Amino acid sequence: MTKDEKSNLGKIKGFSIQFLPYSEIRDLSSGDRIRKILNIILGNNILILQGRLKPDEETRLIEDTMAMIGHIKDFKGIELAVIEGNGKQSILDRFKKSIVTTLSGGDLSAITIIGPASIVKEMKRNPKKIELMLSK
Amino acid sequence: MEIKILKNFFKRIFTNIFKDKKEIKLGFYGPPNAGKTSLANRICKDFTGEEIGAVSKIPHETRKVQFKEKVEINYKGKKMVFKMIDTPGIATKIDYEDFLKYKMSKKDAKERAKEATEGIIESIKWLDDMDLVVIVLDASENPYNQVNITIIGNLVARKIPVLIVANKSDLRKANIKKIEDAFPEYDVVGISARYGKNLEEFYESLFKLSKK
Repeated sequence: MTKDEKSNLGKIKGFSIQFLPYSEIRDLSSGDRIRKILNIILGNNILILQGRLKPDEETRLIEDTMAMIGHIKDFKGIELAVIEGNGKQSILDRFKKSIVTTLSGGDLSAITIIGPASIVKEMKRNPKKIELMLSK
Repeated sequence: MEIKILKNFFKRIFTNIFKDKKEIKLGFYGPPNAGKTSLANRICKDFTGEEIGAVSKIPHETRKVQFKEKVEINYKGKKMVFKMIDTPGIATKIDYEDFLKYKMSKKDAKERAKEATEGIIESIKWLDDMDLVVIVLDASENPYNQVNITIIGNLVARKIPVLIVANKSDLRKANIKKIEDAFPEYDVVGISARYGKNLEEFYESLFKLSKK
């Protein structure tokens, strides 16, 4: 490893990756879900959440994030991406999925990745993969 | 009981009579710098002679929801009255340092960032009040941005009709097909708000959706 490569590695900020199974948030209210997620993010963690939030919870997460920028030191917001594994679905597939979602209490076929913008510079998403570009 | 039924009957008749004369609240949503204000300006200028707001290359130029009431759009002999609502671009992060590269002072950049965060909250609050929403996307950018999916998901949950506009079709990197592939369940219209390209198709789709 060259001297330059070593010094570049030294610039990477400390962070950890946390996996949260959906069962951890299933019984929480929307407000508590958002609070739990933001607490993880504020601890300099990248969160991998099984399942996804409801659309109104996603917007609430953005609203709460915006309200925190400027009030919490060095907090610049979040990077967020959701990936669903099922691709294009027929009407029957969607019907089956809605039954499974109702029974399990959430959409477990999805994965949500949320990270603090100070660590995750960009999340590049296409239908099949998510790439995380980390800040040095 | 009979009085209540009669009351509801007349209420329904009067609501239907005035429904057609009501202004349709048309919202322009999307990520920052996609051209929401440019498109709203183009429409307002064509039909009222006035613009709705300022545009800039610097992201988050629109930091407050801005309106233009009673915009009467005439298209192929048909007429519809809209209340145009141009909203600040929605993002999940705001870093004041991003504005410094536009030769802005640190104080101004911080103020712009603060106003931008407030604008995003205001945009989201307005989602409930829309009758129809035009999602304006930059056709040269990746459409699989979570903000786009989140906005559309919210509109679907609220049963608000959506029209997707792939703006900046004049750019070499523009890829309208990619936007169509990303949102196969929606009507996607490729336009250039800057040069007024393909606005006929936009009005056609807008009128079609307004009647739903």
